Amino acid sequence: MVIVLIKSLVAIGWLLLFTVLLTWAERKESAVIQDRLGANRADILGIRLFGLFQPIADAIKMIFKEDFSPPFSRKFFYTIAPFLSFFFASISIITIPFGSPIKIGNQEISLQVVDLDVGILFILSMAAMGIWGVILGGWSSNNKYGLLGGMRATAQLISYEIPLAISYVGLLMVFTSLKISEIVSRQGELMFGFLPKWGIFLQPIGFIVFLISAIAETKRIPFDLPEGESEIIGFFTEYSGMKFGMFMLTDFIETLMVSVLITTFFFGGYGVPYLYSDGFHFPWGSSISLPNWVVVILHVISFHIKVVFWAWFLLLVRWTLPRFRYDQLMDLGWKFLIPLGVLNLIITGFVFSMVKI
Amino acid sequence: MKVIGYFFEIIKGLSITAKHFFVNLFYNALRFYGLYKGEKGSVTIQYPEQRKTLSPRLRAMHRLLRREDGSPRCVACFLCATVCPSECIKIVAGEYPDKPIQKYPISFEIDIGKCCWCGFCVEACPEDAIRMDNHYLDFTSYTRKELILDLKKLMEK
Repeated sequence: MVIVLIKSLVAIGWLLLFTVLLTWAERKESAVIQDRLGANRADILGIRLFGLFQPIADAIKMIFKEDFSPPFSRKFFYTIAPFLSFFFASISIITIPFGSPIKIGNQEISLQVVDLDVGILFILSMAAMGIWGVILGGWSSNNKYGLLGGMRATAQLISYEIPLAISYVGLLMVFTSLKISEIVSRQGELMFGFLPKWGIFLQPIGFIVFLISAIAETKRIPFDLPEGESEIIGFFTEYSGMKFGMFMLTDFIETLMVSVLITTFFFGGYGVPYLYSDGFHFPWGSSISLPNWVVVILHVISFHIKVVFWAWFLLLVRWTLPRFRYDQLMDLGWKFLIPLGVLNLIITGFVFSMVKI
Repeated sequence: MKVIGYFFEIIKGLSITAKHFFVNLFYNALRFYGLYKGEKGSVTIQYPEQRKTLSPRLRAMHRLLRREDGSPRCVACFLCATVCPSECIKIVAGEYPDKPIQKYPISFEIDIGKCCWCGFCVEACPEDAIRMDNHYLDFTSYTRKELILDLKKLMEK
């Protein structure tokens, strides 16, 4: 009981810390891409640390802003919407394994808060529930632009749930389990004697479908029609202060969660190729034996490297591409990704019935 | 099929931004460790600490020139105050008892808040006493009173 409590606190702390770092990374990465320096003025006692204190300054500003709610809004739903959005975006982190189980004495502690039997379904349904926050926020603020933004968001998110679910089905066919820990440990096995069974090698088309629809789920550029800060005005028009801040943080949490999910499902999770619980066993025969704690640390480091890389990649996408037009968005979702996902299922079925991998 | 064409374009775009990212990061890191002093990597100028050198031909802020003995070259002829379209120059004239030049300005004020930087005062001046150049550009202030520049401020180099 105590262990689960500690693990959940660590998981939440990890998520919030990395989200805050992601806001910093977004500022800095966009700046470096555009030949600028980025925010570097926020300092504590003259120490600037490349602007790492900027998120603290942002938080202070957000919290001390007036917590205004418009008089014509539906107060209860208006207040609860950002919390719903925030909660459902961040809850999926509890099913993610951060590393292989660590042995302390006779006890084996898994670095995962709960290992649900319905892991993938849980993640999918929680991502779908996140729409509630958006549509409630748009509707309850009783503003035409907010409502239209909420409607656009709902249409987009529901459209892209389908290819996302289809790409999960491809994973299910390959790994034959809904348990996240099972999926990750399956990806540690080898096929043809040298290639790790990572999702990217087994499901290359499924990976593309997953990547595009997951980026669409984060509601950021190129798929930022729900928000459209500068021109089309989105669902959080009436929000200000920390409530707006929670909507904004939700985007970053979703970006982080997408990179975590890509890592977990397609890049072997915490796994390092050829590293097993007792050390390295290379396909050419040599092996290095390592104690358990070294293996666990290597696994955690590998997980973080993969997550940071994918977070970097998602930010790169966000700072490269322009926004889709609405009909292009719907075409991409319904006419390209869903057929491609179904085709992927058919190909996967054929290949796996012919070849034993 | 159109979508597949988009796909290659997207990869091209991503490679351009990624190239910018890594090249700029490399130069920024070199600059941080003091190994590189050039301008590659970012075009940002850290303003209050680091300033761009302005062209000596820039005609921006008014300046009153001095004679060799340090007194203002202005003879308080009021031509600049007369020609000024926004009427921002105020001169109070005084008289020398002994010198061949009879008049001098006791006070010479330019209200920068009204000035439109047309440069007519410079053209009108018969003594070449008022000029516009780049010697002083930080003239923001919290009150309008601070925007009125007096003789001392206008004559400092």
